[in-house]
Amino acid sequence: MCDTCGCNLTPGNRALVEPGGHLHRTPGGHESVHVLEGLLAENDHQAAHNREHFARHRVLAVNLMSSPGAGKTALVEASARAMADGLRVAAVVGDLATENDARRIREAGIEAVQICTDTACHLDAHMVHDALHAMDLEAVDVLFIENVGNLVCPASFDLGQQLDVALLSVTEGDDKPAKYPVLFRAADRVLVTKADLAEHFPEFDRGRVEHRLAELANAVPVDAVSSREPATLGPWIDWLRAHWSALPAAGERFAAR
Amino acid sequence: MHELSVCRGMLRRVEAIARERGAARVTRVVIRIGPLSGVVPELVERAFPVARAGTLAADAGLTVERVPIRVDCPACGHTGEASLERLACPSCNSPDTRVAGGDELLLTEIEVEDDV
Repeated sequence: MCDTCGCNLTPGNRALVEPGGHLHRTPGGHESVHVLEGLLAENDHQAAHNREHFARHRVLAVNLMSSPGAGKTALVEASARAMADGLRVAAVVGDLATENDARRIREAGIEAVQICTDTACHLDAHMVHDALHAMDLEAVDVLFIENVGNLVCPASFDLGQQLDVALLSVTEGDDKPAKYPVLFRAADRVLVTKADLAEHFPEFDRGRVEHRLAELANAVPVDAVSSREPATLGPWIDWLRAHWSALPAAGERFAAR
Repeated sequence: MHELSVCRGMLRRVEAIARERGAARVTRVVIRIGPLSGVVPELVERAFPVARAGTLAADAGLTVERVPIRVDCPACGHTGEASLERLACPSCNSPDTRVAGGDELLLTEIEVEDDV
């Protein structure tokens, strides 16, 4: 059986090397290679690696996504304060430029690493991985990954997080889930932020947010929260605590290795 | 937008696959995109000529297969096409549908060539 005279061809495998077959190679050296893998395989591979890091250190990683100015940084600060009695919080913060948000979060006493993406409109798994090297995950229980303010691109990149959270402030339209369906349909929880301003924006209807999420076949909880009013954060914080508590013990998943 | 970084990441994989086969160049890249992937086919087609420059795929063509959104409804058993605006069941209005297609973002095939 050899590749020279064709005696290795059988009725069973002949179709593979004939025109249209996966192993077809013309005399001119032309070959068609069947691949079928994720277009973002590089990113997905790195995201899986990040996920292993989080599991090994028993870290709950939460991807926060919203338009710019919806209150992600304020939510990180307020959530860290609310969890200060039991959970250690850290943050990775993405912006095109400046260290402003990380500095602000550090001033609130929370470990934070800034990622400057230059021109990139989203975080990817490699950027998050590099940032993790600047952080001691052994000293972290909940890691907020504050994505670049953008309701489009962040939805396409897995970072290795366990939870995706979408924020929408009352000063924005309540039709945001309908306008940005790719991001909102995959959110594990939706937070309506700046609820303290709701009285000034009577046109914002939280019921419509829920209705539009239902249209996207996403029945996740929607909370109205205000980072200035810690009492409003209760259900959100309870949800984070429950997810953290449900994580397997550190190393458990890797014990078999 | 992010289509250029999508193209660049894809081309790194395409080059790696071509090198594994000992090919001299890539002549075609075939990808499959659904609307729920968040990647816009037209923008990928525009970004591809920029991203392929200087790679083994510098002269490669790009074929984008567009696939529709499909949902299954466990509540009423309906299965069929849906839209980006409405993923709930078109038949019984249940919001508990499952996406059965339309979130694809796949590299399906590449064509390579040896030096002759």
